[in-house]
Amino acid sequence: MSGLEHYLSIFTKAVFIENIVLAYFLGLCSFLAISKNINASVGIGMAVVVVLTITAPINWFLWEFLLDKGALVWISEDFKDTDLGFLKLIVFISVIAAMVQLVEMFMERFSQSLYNSLGIFLPLIAVNCSILGGSLFMVEREYTISETVVYGFGSGVGFFLAIVALASIRYRLRYSNIPPRLRGVGMAMLLTGLLSMAFMAFSGIDL
Amino acid sequence: MELFSTESKKIINDPINVNNPISLQVLGICSALAVTIRLDQAIIMTLAVLFVLTSSNVILSLIRNYIPARVRIVIMLSVIASLVSVVDELLKAYLYDMSKQLSVFVGLIITNCIIMGRAEAFALKNGPSKAFLDGVGNSMGYGLIIIIVSFFRELFGAGTITLPDGGAGYVLWSIPDSWYAAGYENIGLLVLSPGAFIILGLVIWFQREMAGVEEDA
Repeated sequence: MSGLEHYLSIFTKAVFIENIVLAYFLGLCSFLAISKNINASVGIGMAVVVVLTITAPINWFLWEFLLDKGALVWISEDFKDTDLGFLKLIVFISVIAAMVQLVEMFMERFSQSLYNSLGIFLPLIAVNCSILGGSLFMVEREYTISETVVYGFGSGVGFFLAIVALASIRYRLRYSNIPPRLRGVGMAMLLTGLLSMAFMAFSGIDL
Repeated sequence: MELFSTESKKIINDPINVNNPISLQVLGICSALAVTIRLDQAIIMTLAVLFVLTSSNVILSLIRNYIPARVRIVIMLSVIASLVSVVDELLKAYLYDMSKQLSVFVGLIITNCIIMGRAEAFALKNGPSKAFLDGVGNSMGYGLIIIIVSFFRELFGAGTITLPDGGAGYVLWSIPDSWYAAGYENIGLLVLSPGAFIILGLVIWFQREMAGVEEDA
């Protein structure tokens, strides 16, 4: 398989076939809470794309050169049996929290308008499972650095698509006659189920 | 505070019924759905969350007076992440098959909003014994929902009921072959992700009907 095709396949897989929200249930808390409002959904979707594309490669470097078994051989041959893998959760979550903070400061300094539209969502993202999940899947599937970048970006786009789609459906349903106790989260769950069923149609695509 | 006073009963009971973390506060749904394919996975996950939530609540409540408000999120995250790493390593050591099946979802307990939410809303404001009870109550409320969802998903989706044991799980009951011969079929959709969303949606509806909660949206 040629290079470009391989990356295209990882990308389509991350966006459609193995959508991080609809197939792996990641990032559902913010997905359900924020999809009440379309503009906010677009905002958090973009913030997830940015943060996921940045944190996944950084965590890849940390995993490859610090944490994995035998990763420390670049310092000395003596470390070839050292396995710091058990630290990965703590390291990844700190990197994510720190990166979110950095991105927020960077945006505030250089793009006030972007900061105004995305700023309030960034702190929420630090505890969004899809970001940590992206890094953990990257380790589990043993991606290379370029695959990780494509995968991170693709998962972010998948989240963006799913949340904007759900927000639009909820907007259309605003005046429909839903049983009162089903309103809100209950209905959102059923809609997500239908959306996820629709996305399953992509699973036949083989690139 | 006495252990069996009305107040402590309320702290434990509320999150199971009228203030359930999953169906009413809508926290921690991410991991709730991924581990509900089989009953044994849901039970192990409940135990993991029980351990992490009660310990993080107690630890954070003990040190609550020394945490500066500005850096509390980082401190909460590091306490929770350490506890989750302990659970992850324990599962790898003693229940290897289970830890393979749960894959990244044990690690994702860190970002489970129930744990951060309870730390922020309860443990940082109350003493350790109350925080302990709150942890037990909320993980029971979480467990109740994911066990119900996984029971239906496994029974109607795969036709079995599996309990956890040291290895790949002990099959308690499975639908007899004579039923299949008579034309019974499993609902394959329930094993896939849409099934999880739809069953949880119905469970939320049912529980809100019971608790009498309405949301305007």
